Amino acid sequence: MSALNIKKGSTSHSAYDLRSALSEVEESHTLAVIVENEPGVLARVIGLFSGRGYNIDSLTVAEVDHTGHRSRITIVTRGTPAVIDQIEAQLSRMVPVHAVQDLTAEGPSVQRELALVKVAGRGDHRIEALRLAEIFRANVVDSTLESFVFEMTGTPEKIDAFAELMRPLGLVEIARTGVAGLKRGV
Amino acid sequence: MTKQMTGARMVIQALKDQGVEVVFGYPGGAVLPIYDEIFQQNDIRHVLVRHEQGAVHMAEGYARSTGKPGVALVTSGPGATNAVTGLTDALMDSIPIVVLTGQVPTFMIGTDGFQEADTVGITRPCTKMNWLVKDTAKLAETIHQAFHVATHGRPGPVLIDIPKDVQFATADYVPAEKAKVAHYQPRTEGDPDRIAQLVELMEQAERPILYTGGGVVNSGPRASALLRELVAETNFPITSTLMGLGSYPASGKNWVGMLGMHGLYEANLAMHGCDLMINIGARFDDRITGRVKDFSPKSKKAHIDIDPSSINKVIHVDVPILGDVTKVLEELLRQWRARGSKTDQRGLAQWWKQIDEWRAVKCLSYKPSATTIKPQYALERLEALTKGMDRYITTEVGQHQMWAAQFLGFEDPNRWMTSGGLGTMGYGLPASIGVQMAHPEALVINVAGEASWLMNMQEMGTAMQFRAPVKQFILNNERLGMVRQWQELLHGERYSSSWSESLPDFVKLAEAFGCKGIKCDRPQDLDDAIMEMLAYDGPVIFDCLVEKHENCFPMIPSGKPHNEMLLSADAEAFRSGAVLV
Ligand SMILES: Cc1ncc(C[n+]2csc(CCOP(=O)(O)OP(=O)(O)O)c2C)c(N)n1
Ligand SMILES: [Mg+2]
Repeated sequence: MSALNIKKGSTSHSAYDLRSALSEVEESHTLAVIVENEPGVLARVIGLFSGRGYNIDSLTVAEVDHTGHRSRITIVTRGTPAVIDQIEAQLSRMVPVHAVQDLTAEGPSVQRELALVKVAGRGDHRIEALRLAEIFRANVVDSTLESFVFEMTGTPEKIDAFAELMRPLGLVEIARTGVAGLKRGV
Repeated sequence: MTKQMTGARMVIQALKDQGVEVVFGYPGGAVLPIYDEIFQQNDIRHVLVRHEQGAVHMAEGYARSTGKPGVALVTSGPGATNAVTGLTDALMDSIPIVVLTGQVPTFMIGTDGFQEADTVGITRPCTKMNWLVKDTAKLAETIHQAFHVATHGRPGPVLIDIPKDVQFATADYVPAEKAKVAHYQPRTEGDPDRIAQLVELMEQAERPILYTGGGVVNSGPRASALLRELVAETNFPITSTLMGLGSYPASGKNWVGMLGMHGLYEANLAMHGCDLMINIGARFDDRITGRVKDFSPKSKKAHIDIDPSSINKVIHVDVPILGDVTKVLEELLRQWRARGSKTDQRGLAQWWKQIDEWRAVKCLSYKPSATTIKPQYALERLEALTKGMDRYITTEVGQHQMWAAQFLGFEDPNRWMTSGGLGTMGYGLPASIGVQMAHPEALVINVAGEASWLMNMQEMGTAMQFRAPVKQFILNNERLGMVRQWQELLHGERYSSSWSESLPDFVKLAEAFGCKGIKCDRPQDLDDAIMEMLAYDGPVIFDCLVEKHENCFPMIPSGKPHNEMLLSADAEAFRSGAVLV
């Protein structure tokens, strides 16, 4: 027993060593995953994230090719570079996955999110909300005497900023689609 | 020419077209139409198991020993949930199996119908892929796809859930050659430039090691043949994981033994001290690496694997080669020969000298006894008395499994079936039946622990019914030995629930099943008893009463580096002073 110096009666060595070898900084990556549009495929992709302890910050999915039965899943995730690589490898080996693109790593991309923002208020607050919406190029898609619903698209950061500004002006609720993204150029 | 038939008949037709000879299964309401079709044909043999977990492990044993996919058929609800352990086991060990489950009729799905379970939901994380087929017209094609997926790329379990109305309805049969499988075609050729990089590293290496795994076995017999050529041409030392035993013969001169938590001293120290590690079809499992931070700190590492997610998952490698082992080794040998490559002879000679010094520690030594049977001794005798026979070994999980890996020698791949990744107690007995079904004339032995064996002992009924003369060689220490060992070494000798109380009388149990029981508790009787087991034409339960408190060494406790290995007292006494490089 000499090599280990385990004291008789000790329990401190019995746990599995789960410390990670990598202690790098986490990065946010947007992944586009082209999958077969079949029942259960989204569950399989999400199950991979929950089963292996990866993060999902945002997720969008819709069919993009009706005849070819293809859907596009856009996932914003966070992790160290090694974890991001592993996520891509895990996704790309899945049977119903056709392709995986890391929009963050593979050069410039456009990423947009749509948000509906409900703001309630009267008087100055209402006018200020409308003025700021104009600056953010948000459209009014519903209006009552004491509320607006604004529709805007933009990067997640832009939507965060708009929501922050609306908060003191009577933000009621917000619905966001999550990020959709494409590579720039061809 | 298309043929109309019911979904149930389609299942049988598709299995025939896929070359299936045997199905391991258990009937129930939701699969009755399929059982009706099984009754009316003679091409496919149905083996009635006693528990669905047994069916899946049998399919695994069949698959592992033949290289062909194994097939299991179970009913909905409890039939499907009983299959989950086997599916997970096959996923962890990359075993190609196809499991067919019955399901309540489509119009009842979601109503909590009798014996309804969300089978595809439950089995999604433990299958490589699964399908719920809601339309008979898609059934045959889905079965063909399932076989394709199970056997291509990294093999694994797949499941097809078939509602009862889909089995009754009729549609056109889609033959195998018309089924669309095109989109799942994992890459099998390794990148020649990466292989060239590896060839260069091999020329320069002074302390190389080949670290092989189950991927070599899965790649097929040609992979093992190429591996042997590679070893012969380079004179590199070779070690293997538990899953890869037999790819390189245990009698081969470059064999340094199994590595890992209970691997050989020389194998683990060679891994720790090497300057070039060539991982072929293994996955840097935690039982292999120990503490990741200290794993083989001074080596360049190459990794050949068909699964992109295995590469750089645990250990960062310098030369990743994505591809099938057979194809990559072909290209590697081609380049090696074309370049007229030479190894560093001086370096290698020194390295072998070092390895021989480690070997001299004789890490498997144990204290012999004239009065009690040591488990290691029992396996040494089993090995000696079955050497050269057409032999297949399965195991349960525990100390006996590790001793079997240490003390039995495997000359060829597909001869050793053990639950590696999941470590499933209860695997060995059904797996041995699956192996025997594929190799009716061969000697099939399950090296078991008494506790594991009890977990699926009902399958002795299956062995009897289907005349599978499997030999159940139980190393009975009346302990959950591996648990007891950890408690002794790591939990202050507090033996919490780790002994086997109220064990059955195994000889009487054998009689109750109608097979032969043998009990042996004296070393001097052991050879005769083993010979009696081998001579008996039928299943045998061999109760080998062994030393109760023997520990399995060497041992690298979880989370420890390779060079902090525990040895048996006898081996420790031999250990030379400065052993580390
Ligand atoms: C299904 C299952 N439950 C629990 C364990 C944990 N476990 C690993 S080895 C072991 C003891 C096995 O005892 P036995 O089969 O008698 O083998 P021995 O170690 O005594 O040779 C246990 C409980 C497991 N591997 N599988
Ligand atoms: Mg035991």
